Amino acid sequence: MLKIDNLHVKLEDEDKQILKGVTLEVPAGEVHAIMGPNGSGKSTLSYVLSGRDGYEVTDGTASLDGEDLLDMEPEERAAAGLFLAFQYPVEIPGVGNMTFLRTALNAQRKAKGLDEVSAGDFLKLIREKAKDLKIDADMLKRPVNVGFSGGEKKRNEILQMAMLEPRMCIMDETDSGLDVDAMRLVSDGVNALRSEGRSFLVITHYQRLLNHIQPDVVHIMSNGRIVKSGGPELALQVEEEGYGDLVEAG
Amino acid sequence: MSDVAVKQKDLTPQVSGAPKPANALDARLDALDLPEGGFTAAARSDALSRLRDTGLPGPRDEYWRYTDPKAFNAPNPQPIPVEDKAPDSPLFADLDRLLLVFVDGRFDAAASSDLTLDGSEISILSNAEGDANHWAKDLYGKLEAAGQNPVSRPFAALNTVAATEGVLIRVTGTVSKPVHILHRREAQDADVNWHHVIRLEEGAELTLLETGMVGARSNGVIEADLAPEAKLHHIAAKRAGHQTVGTTAIFARVDREAQFRSFTLSVNGTMMRNEGVIEFVGDDALGHIAAAVLGDGDTGPFHHDDTVFITHGAERCESRQVFKKVLKNGAKGVFQGKILVKPGAQKTDGYQISQALLLDEDSQFLAKPELEIYADDVVCSHGSTTGAIDETALFYLRSRGVPYDRAIVLLVLSFLADALEEVADEGLRGEINDRLEAWLTRRAGKRG
Repeated sequence: MLKIDNLHVKLEDEDKQILKGVTLEVPAGEVHAIMGPNGSGKSTLSYVLSGRDGYEVTDGTASLDGEDLLDMEPEERAAAGLFLAFQYPVEIPGVGNMTFLRTALNAQRKAKGLDEVSAGDFLKLIREKAKDLKIDADMLKRPVNVGFSGGEKKRNEILQMAMLEPRMCIMDETDSGLDVDAMRLVSDGVNALRSEGRSFLVITHYQRLLNHIQPDVVHIMSNGRIVKSGGPELALQVEEEGYGDLVEAG
Repeated sequence: MSDVAVKQKDLTPQVSGAPKPANALDARLDALDLPEGGFTAAARSDALSRLRDTGLPGPRDEYWRYTDPKAFNAPNPQPIPVEDKAPDSPLFADLDRLLLVFVDGRFDAAASSDLTLDGSEISILSNAEGDANHWAKDLYGKLEAAGQNPVSRPFAALNTVAATEGVLIRVTGTVSKPVHILHRREAQDADVNWHHVIRLEEGAELTLLETGMVGARSNGVIEADLAPEAKLHHIAAKRAGHQTVGTTAIFARVDREAQFRSFTLSVNGTMMRNEGVIEFVGDDALGHIAAAVLGDGDTGPFHHDDTVFITHGAERCESRQVFKKVLKNGAKGVFQGKILVKPGAQKTDGYQISQALLLDEDSQFLAKPELEIYADDVVCSHGSTTGAIDETALFYLRSRGVPYDRAIVLLVLSFLADALEEVADEGLRGEINDRLEAWLTRRAGKRG
């Protein structure tokens, strides 16, 4: 599914190397977690994969099912099946949540050569998905993320994920700013989306999210590289011992 | 910056700068077919003498620093080809409304609705002139005259002198449907001066819509007099021709607990100057004035100027100015907005925001906010920003699969939303939003 090989990335405007040779493969249907201390390059990896401006790939490759991701515009990556759940979902006043999602869904369908979803079918679909995430009709009508609490914003990200049905989901610190109940709702939402054809890359600081979303593989990232990979027990080790030894080992 | 002494009655408007040839105004007036006689005669003569005092503005005049009045000063407009049919269907066409059609500034009775509307008296200026006892006699040119102090507005005075046509509406109750003034353009060189007078009696309510294309050059004035508890909703969405030039001025006198709301959508046009002059004369009144402006220099120069003056002359009044301009391909936007709080106008709530979204580095926004406050218990705030598209928001939309051009359209609509919110009626707001979206979509990605 997702294949990253020797990825080197620097900031576009500064001579600062952030990723220094990341190699990682997420097979179809698996959930991989990336943990690591602040500044290790986790968020940069998520941005580079999804096509945000401001970064320069100096070496290496990243592909989704064999398609070169780095050569695509962000919207093309989305249509190819990539989804980034933002750490800080963006507020867009004046654009209704539903308008936004329907525009996105239909744009992706168009890119894939499919017919647009009618307003009626869309409404039915979104109501159904929103219910599971306890997102009420009012939240759907409001402008994108405007006036949403931290938890509501993250739930809205998962709703978008559920509607757009990506094959590769990257979640950038989705647990930050969530209380226990919100974390459970978000995790349940994610778990409901787990399937054989869909993979997840879950970026987090803390092990607790991984109690809810059980990963198949845990990677430790430090100073722009994956320094260690292992099973879920690696996350527990981080929780108990911190990053110190692991990072040094790398 | 202070340029006002509100208590001095004899303060004449200042017109400074280089002396203009004495014949510039005469040449301007000579080119016009000035109306004579009728109930407006005295007002026209008064306006002419005021205009002779101030003369036509020059680029050195304080309120004409950012906008070159040359095109408005010229004796005749530049002829401009009449464009083919508008690319969009007419606005508000499906609405149940009283329609008044003007072609090149002349009233077209055949294309218009019957002038009968319950709770109101509607007449057409050119037809009503002969009625010596017409109710508008006490208003025509009066609010315009009052609005000349402390800042002179020569083109509004010129309009009072020269206007040949307009609508006179007096409302005594709540009318059953909006009044819609539709302008059409047929001649290449029409120089149109229209002048509407609106009087809302106590508790009366009216929605006034203005759409269409006016002329190669146009000069419009609305005088709106709101008695206590009256409500006026004014929505203008005039489609300027790509090379047309025009000025408008709206003068509102707002009495106790009355509510005046004006929203203008401007797209295209080479040179536009819209002035809004609101005065609160009774307590607890409200005055909102807003505009959404879309300027694209792709098809020729684009210059759009909004100049607003709000006078709080009573207690606990709320004023709100919301001006949003989206500029690209070298388009230029100007905003000059002033709030004057007179002595004794306590508990005034004045708010002003002017913002420009520049879609490229060639475009420009010039803003001059002013506050002048002579009361000590007031809340007045103003803000002005100029910025580009929010890259984070753009990335967010694109990361969901929304293509670049479409994402820009959504973000521009997002930027304009605050101004559009000033259109209280949801249906009308939706129609304007759709119109904006169509225009933006059509022009998406066009770069000079």
